[in-house]
Amino acid sequence: MKKASILMIVGPLFLLGLYFFPLWNIMLGAPQYPEPLGMNIYIDGIKGFNEFDIQNIDGLNHYIGMKTIPKPEEMWEFGMFPIVIGAMVFLGVLIGILGFINKISYKWFLGWFILMSILGVLGMYDFNAWMVDYGTNLDPHAIMKMANPDGTPMSYKPPLLGNAKMLNFDVASWPRTGAYMMFVGMMLTLIAFYLGWQQRKSTFQEVKMKSQK
Amino acid sequence: MALLGSTILFSCGNQNGEGSSSGALNSSNAEKVYVAPGEQDEFYAFMSGGYSGNLTVYGLPSGRMFKEIPVFSQFPTSGYGYSEETKPMLETSFGFVPWDDSHHPDISQTNGELDGRWIFINGNNTPRIARIDLQTFETAEIIEVPNSAGNHSSSFITENTEYVVAGTRFSVPVPQRDMPINEYKGNFKGALSFISVDPDSGHMAIKFQILMPGFNYDLSHPGRGKSHGWFFFTTYNTEEANSLLEVNASQNDKDFIAAINWKKIEEYVNNGGGTKMPANYAHNVYSDETHSATSTMVKEVLTVDPTKIPGAVYFLPTPKSPHGCDVDPSGEYIIGNGKLSADLTVHSFDKMIAAIEGKKFDGEAYGIPILKFEDVLAGTVKSGGLGPLHTEFDGKGNAYTTFFISSEVVKWKLGTWEVIDRKPTFYSVGHLMIPGGNSRKPFGKYVVAMNKITKDRYLPTGPEMEHSAQLYDITGDKMELIYDFPTHGEPHYAAGIPAELIAPKSKKIYRLADNKNEYATLTPADARVVRDGKDVHIYMSTIRSHFTPDNIEGVKVGDKVYFHITNHEQDFDVPHGFAMIGQNTSELLVMPGQTKTSIWEPKKVGVWPFYCTDFCSALHQEMQGYVRVSPADSNLELSWSLGD
Repeated sequence: MKKASILMIVGPLFLLGLYFFPLWNIMLGAPQYPEPLGMNIYIDGIKGFNEFDIQNIDGLNHYIGMKTIPKPEEMWEFGMFPIVIGAMVFLGVLIGILGFINKISYKWFLGWFILMSILGVLGMYDFNAWMVDYGTNLDPHAIMKMANPDGTPMSYKPPLLGNAKMLNFDVASWPRTGAYMMFVGMMLTLIAFYLGWQQRKSTFQEVKMKSQK
Repeated sequence: MALLGSTILFSCGNQNGEGSSSGALNSSNAEKVYVAPGEQDEFYAFMSGGYSGNLTVYGLPSGRMFKEIPVFSQFPTSGYGYSEETKPMLETSFGFVPWDDSHHPDISQTNGELDGRWIFINGNNTPRIARIDLQTFETAEIIEVPNSAGNHSSSFITENTEYVVAGTRFSVPVPQRDMPINEYKGNFKGALSFISVDPDSGHMAIKFQILMPGFNYDLSHPGRGKSHGWFFFTTYNTEEANSLLEVNASQNDKDFIAAINWKKIEEYVNNGGGTKMPANYAHNVYSDETHSATSTMVKEVLTVDPTKIPGAVYFLPTPKSPHGCDVDPSGEYIIGNGKLSADLTVHSFDKMIAAIEGKKFDGEAYGIPILKFEDVLAGTVKSGGLGPLHTEFDGKGNAYTTFFISSEVVKWKLGTWEVIDRKPTFYSVGHLMIPGGNSRKPFGKYVVAMNKITKDRYLPTGPEMEHSAQLYDITGDKMELIYDFPTHGEPHYAAGIPAELIAPKSKKIYRLADNKNEYATLTPADARVVRDGKDVHIYMSTIRSHFTPDNIEGVKVGDKVYFHITNHEQDFDVPHGFAMIGQNTSELLVMPGQTKTSIWEPKKVGVWPFYCTDFCSALHQEMQGYVRVSPADSNLELSWSLGD
């Protein structure tokens, strides 16, 4: 249980990486952008991959009527995410410590993992909803109004995960360091649960064997 | 199976065919200069523009021209010398001089090796030295050289860029005065100027001028390595003729190479030596922060009489009006290219020092000791060519000399003086250039020959043609002519450098946030029009694809309208242009983050359009605006707008 608890303390700490490294990254390359434009999505806001990328993406997007990329104060998520992550780190470490001093059972480890997973899925859902709005809610006075072959207005929603072709741009959307650190941290808590469960089983067997003697 | 067999047979046969084809040599030459689409050249070559007054940037081995950098000449393409910000760059003590004859570019060095920070070039006609920033590829500074005329033995730098040196070709009265021309002899002076270069900012200042006897100081190069601290100048017209020089300056069997111990003179002036002389010369500095130049007149120059400093200057007799003065990478050999002779004279630095220490003098000229020819001579290259002009080095113990009259490049060996190879040039070669070929560390892969005569090398373009350059591969024992390409203006000299020393530092944009131009419009909200008497200042910003503002009313006939254009783009290679109908000046080309100003004096009532001259975007053709011009006595107030 000691080893499992230590893992449970360390795992959530990996989430602190989200404060320093981007969670997600979207790159836009085109023939005239041999050095692609890109945005790094952090839990507290969106920054350009290079210094002026956001300004340049906004500049291009104004032709097709897309809204500008939101500033941190324009989306409640960027205020909320850092608090949620902070709370989850605190909670996870607390569970680990309590496990270490045998105050609570290893099952709490799984509980934390499930809660974090639900929050993660909600976050992704929210992120995707924003991208749908960003890519489809276009200015009716846009300079260029592009349509699909079937006549419906073209949408510019970047892919949540993977590569896509959008007009002259090749768009690539992939997790970055922050997300990978979160993944590793969450896996550690799952391992912590597994170790705790195994130990519990063997302790149980020992107890059984002892009682048989 | 049969198909596979025949394919193999076919391809074998094909390979054999290629190997034996007579075009094999040509096709391998083509590969040597071929830079495939999307790939980049190995070297930058900066070629002087001669009478264009500018500096052109080429790639080697492709011979592709990348840019013309305006230096001493107005350049309507970008508005250099036309915009209010850049006009001060061309100020001189003679007023605004919009042209010069640019000659000898030289790249800054550290420890005798190219460092790629700046490139210097001389204006020959109205003596000036320019410094070009190799991050922006723009002229950053121009300093006028007083007491000089025909600024030709310039602009060569010492091995830590301590000085950029400018020598006079014409000797003149110093200070200038009204006197008979035929009293030249003994009265005219030749000023050699040592211009210090600030190691951080690059800013130039004339540290001292050596007032030499009235010869013609033709070319020069610094000592390097062991001869660092010396500078060598070729002279001609030691006869001091003032008329029909082609005959009268060609009488002496030997002229001189002047060896200047500048470290000694520097010490002398640092200890208070020299004479301050009233002068008047322009010092023009451009700032990347204000995107503007300032011109300041300097009123004094420190002159030095070389005879007052024992051991500072010696003359090395050198046959027949030597032209180029070149120093090998080790600093031991000083080469006098005896223009009117068939031979090259090579002096030894060690022998020169020994002769000086042994006080073996052969008389003096105006108080300057003359060393004995035999005592300083290292060797003579008897090439059989005619009219040697310039020599460069490959760093592998070989030297390459151009011969103008016999129109060839000759490769010879330092130390043994034997000729290894000779190749014709097309035609009448002047300078040649090996990247780093006049530094401690040459990059001996190519030599470029810059020819004075083109004739039939390209499709004819009437009587006036671009000059022709030839590229030789010098990696083998024998030189191989691999390419021919036209060059802009008249390149007198060039400086080459490996691309990796410059390309990574090349600026992509100017940061708008750092723009300190007095008339910058930093946000569209700051765009406005302000009247100050007859002057109307339009603070205008540009971004794809509109001007802010684009409708302006209240301008009157007789006004002087200043368009202050700030480009708000912060993206690589997105300039915007500006031009106004009927404007008596050039367009502006404004780089991202930059501010430039253009003047318009409307003469006619009406509604007059302006537009962006650089195809900036898909909506470039929409990037336009109007100015309403009312009669001089109109009471219409100024107003401006965008998109209403």
